[in-house]
Amino acid sequence: MSAPELACNVEAVPGPRPGPASRPFWDGCAAGELRVQRCTACAEISVLPAMRCAGCGATALVWEATAGRGALYSWTVVHRPQSPAFAVPYAPAIVRLDEGAMVMSAVIGCTADDLHDGMRLRVVFRALTDGSVCTGTVLPFFEPDPNPPTPTHPEDLHGRH
Amino acid sequence: MSHPFRDVAIVGVCNTTQARQLPGHTSLSISIEAAHGALADAGLTMADVDGVVGEFAAETILGHRLGPVSRRISRFGIPMLLDAAALITHGECDVVVVAAGGAGLYTERAATAPWTRPDHEFVAPFGLFTAAEFAVMARRHMIRYGTTPEQMAAAAAGIRTHGSMNPDAVYTGRGTVTVADVLASRLIAEPFHLLDCSMTSEGGCAVVLARADRAGALAQRPVWILGAAGDTFGPAYVVAPVFDAVRPGGDPDLAAGWVGRRAARRSLAMAGLTTADVDVCELYDPFSFEILRQLEAFGFCTPGEAGAFVAEGHTAPGGSLPVTTDGGTMSFSHPGINAQQVQRVIRGVEQLRGACRSGQVDGAEVALCSNGGSGALFCDVAVLGVERP
Ligand SMILES: [Zn+2]
Repeated sequence: MSAPELACNVEAVPGPRPGPASRPFWDGCAAGELRVQRCTACAEISVLPAMRCAGCGATALVWEATAGRGALYSWTVVHRPQSPAFAVPYAPAIVRLDEGAMVMSAVIGCTADDLHDGMRLRVVFRALTDGSVCTGTVLPFFEPDPNPPTPTHPEDLHGRH
Repeated sequence: MSHPFRDVAIVGVCNTTQARQLPGHTSLSISIEAAHGALADAGLTMADVDGVVGEFAAETILGHRLGPVSRRISRFGIPMLLDAAALITHGECDVVVVAAGGAGLYTERAATAPWTRPDHEFVAPFGLFTAAEFAVMARRHMIRYGTTPEQMAAAAAGIRTHGSMNPDAVYTGRGTVTVADVLASRLIAEPFHLLDCSMTSEGGCAVVLARADRAGALAQRPVWILGAAGDTFGPAYVVAPVFDAVRPGGDPDLAAGWVGRRAARRSLAMAGLTTADVDVCELYDPFSFEILRQLEAFGFCTPGEAGAFVAEGHTAPGGSLPVTTDGGTMSFSHPGINAQQVQRVIRGVEQLRGACRSGQVDGAEVALCSNGGSGALFCDVAVLGVERP
């Protein structure tokens, strides 16, 4: 028996509540762009949207688009959902973007058996629905990347940092 | 310089009845029951109290018309103990009760317990909950060290067997729990099976601290805080729990996956001890993997070694380093957010009194207790002993 396809949970799940700091991230998702907030003084990428850089304290933070590609850093496959809104199995995952950011998401478009350390992934956007109607919110998921970049350094493909 | 906790004695402890549910109780009412129990254990009453620490400190003060007295509204076990100790060492109080309780919180049973479900916008949409947060930490350990589900299951089996032996545990009398039993239970969030995870229950837990010169006249032989410290990387369940995350320019040995290592080093240094001096470990056990991780973070095992150590039975009943001897959150009780974190200190005190009704480590003189865990990005450590520091 082959493993079931991982669920893409977009129906009636808890959605984001964009605030002043996080709104550019969610606006980016709606525009089909996975964004990170970067410090123009020291190039540090924010772990969370912020008003000051966690690395150097500068306020010169800008939002920039990423290529939306990265490597699987860690994951789990959930069989007992946190609430009935989530179909199982689903796979919350940490993806290391090629730009260096570590983002929380979920892997879709494959089975649990396909998941492995350093697996090449690309972002894919899915709109939340409230039953049948789109709520206007878009979430970034990750799926296997059919055209992974050629590595210049072997470590680039292994989610190391 | 004298020891910072030389003048603070732990003189009373209490776990109320712990059960899957305690009908009629609220978190506040069961917390107050625990406070009374710990004071009775010490040979004291509420009238002796001039400081209250816990989530319900103000309500407890009002409910006994104790005012004017001191309060600290703190949470998560060991930080509560340290707040109480500080009230005594800086001269604000003589007798402080630390109390916590959980009851009536988990009612919507189709979902996991409410305290396990984060609502932050960068994790909640992806179905994260505590088991998943800890699982992604465990996965990185598996990738790096080859740690196996069988090794993790051995940690859970040992703790659950301790709980089966404990007449006061919610899951008392369930017999020996084996690695096969854990692996045969249903999957929750890989690599965790149901029996790799803590359970849910209700109950109250409390500790009483007193100025050392009061301790001699009280009912119990005092237990002492030899050292304590806490590590935090940030709020729990808000960002991806990245095992290898370090501060800019930071030491990889102090990465988020090793949370608690700095705290353990500082605690043991304060105590003037090493891990070899520890007779019993009362480690917080939200998930089986956390036992392996803490043994490595705290220095009982080198990184990657704890899986084999636990699989050899060292942490099980009768082993060379018994871990979480009351059954912990997996079998003894897990009443929510705070109370079960106080339980680790309570069990450490019971071990050092030689008073455990099961799983007593003969002649235990030093206990290491902990709270929190990697998936939650915080971990606190306390080293307790029978000798006044
Ligand atoms: Zn900066």
